[in-house]
Amino acid sequence: MDSKVENVLGGMEEDDGELTTTEELLSDIRIMTLPGEEEGSASFEIIGEDHTLGNALRYIIMKNPEVEFCGYSIPHPSEDKMNIRIQIYPEYWEQTRPYDALMKGLDDLADLCDHITHAFKEARDNFTDPGDNSEQR
Amino acid sequence: MPAPAIRRNIVGVTAETVTNVSSTDFPGHWPGEDHSWNINHFRRVFKVKFYRNTPLLSQFDLIHTDAAIANTLRRIMIAEVPTLAIESVYVSNNTSIIQDEVLAHRLGLVPLRGDKDALRGLSWYLRGEDVIPREPTDEDTVVLYLKKTCERNPEAKKTDTDPDKLYTGHNVYASDIVFEPAGRQIKDFAHDPVRAANPDILIAKLRPGQEIDLTMHCVKGIGQDHAKFSPVATASYRLLPDIKIKKPIRGKAAERFAACFPKGVIAVREGEDGQKEAVVDNVRNDTVSREVLRHDEFKGIVELGRVRDHFIFSVESTGQFDADEIFLSAVGTLKAKTINLKRDIYKMLRKQALDAKRAREAVEEATEEADVMDTQ
Repeated sequence: MDSKVENVLGGMEEDDGELTTTEELLSDIRIMTLPGEEEGSASFEIIGEDHTLGNALRYIIMKNPEVEFCGYSIPHPSEDKMNIRIQIYPEYWEQTRPYDALMKGLDDLADLCDHITHAFKEARDNFTDPGDNSEQR
Repeated sequence: MPAPAIRRNIVGVTAETVTNVSSTDFPGHWPGEDHSWNINHFRRVFKVKFYRNTPLLSQFDLIHTDAAIANTLRRIMIAEVPTLAIESVYVSNNTSIIQDEVLAHRLGLVPLRGDKDALRGLSWYLRGEDVIPREPTDEDTVVLYLKKTCERNPEAKKTDTDPDKLYTGHNVYASDIVFEPAGRQIKDFAHDPVRAANPDILIAKLRPGQEIDLTMHCVKGIGQDHAKFSPVATASYRLLPDIKIKKPIRGKAAERFAACFPKGVIAVREGEDGQKEAVVDNVRNDTVSREVLRHDEFKGIVELGRVRDHFIFSVESTGQFDADEIFLSAVGTLKAKTINLKRDIYKMLRKQALDAKRAREAVEEATEEADVMDTQ
């Protein structure tokens, strides 16, 4: 249970006095764990996301060597929901839970965005448009 | 046996089929190779190369990233980068032949422009939860007017048949839209007022006696809600074509070979022995039409393909923001998505912990009660 995310919850048990405020804050959560969760595997349902985040997140989570499987689906086109499933290799169960892989994926995606922004700005600022006579389409 | 690394990122294109279509750069796929995510490796290999950069059109290459990332950014540019567009049209008078609702729809699709920083600074207009709409303010709504009346031109000759000579005010153009700044907008849009990005858009036609008089409310929105909010006319990518000539193509055949491709793709050069030879010149011009594969004489001599991790982006702006800025906004939006979702995961975990605690307490209470009952 020494998973990284569990540490964040430290102190959670004590803040009894804030239960009501917490309850309010916890009202509009866009993500939930689907039934059937096990030690090394879980499916999450994310509301308000689609292939845009789904595929990028699946790609970056599959890049995690501790992850055995990651896939996403849009169960029904009329529902604004995206399901993502993560399975961890059994040898990493001690240190990593599916949440951790999901969190790492989001962190990695944020890092990737930062670098794309940096590289894009650099390339743009070092570029002068040659005018109309170059490059078709 | 692993494919040579250099060909691994080439998607093969044959006459009727495609080969080697999926990315394989994942951990555990290739023995002895580490493909796990490494930001430092990404920083080393990822390249951006520009080919055009005008306010309305940006063409650039993203090299050494995955289709998942390229496609996400393309989708965000189209559907999730916010812009300002006409949302509500209040018709005071419309005696033209174009119906109110059709006119309103046409107006909604007119791309607007104005001071970019001021536009970015606009907040979202949130409709009230109840039936009564929330009062618009200078922070979330831009008000435009359009008033035009058509009259006969008194100077027209009797023999004239050209509407341009017969009437005045018979064409309603996007340039006739007038911006009425309110509150803070007076200062924010002082140097660059809100107006149609393309003044020559013909909105309606009138005849003498007809009039259009309307007030429009513009709000910020995203393309997911309606295409009029999309900041791009097109945002697309294609993979860099790849042409491999396996055996020299000389003489007359070189000319025939070059004719199978668009201009500039294949150059015919003179070799040392004075014979003509076909060489690949500019693959970017190729459309991968596979014409060359229909000719038996080139069978087995040429291999067509596309480079899997080389994306040629083309972003065309509708005029509200510069094309390169739209791409940067898309990257920013993707990052914001990750941050928001992370916050929600923390919330979910807290909620789960809270629920578990409640359940535990309930069980404890129940057992306590049971104990009391037992002692009684």
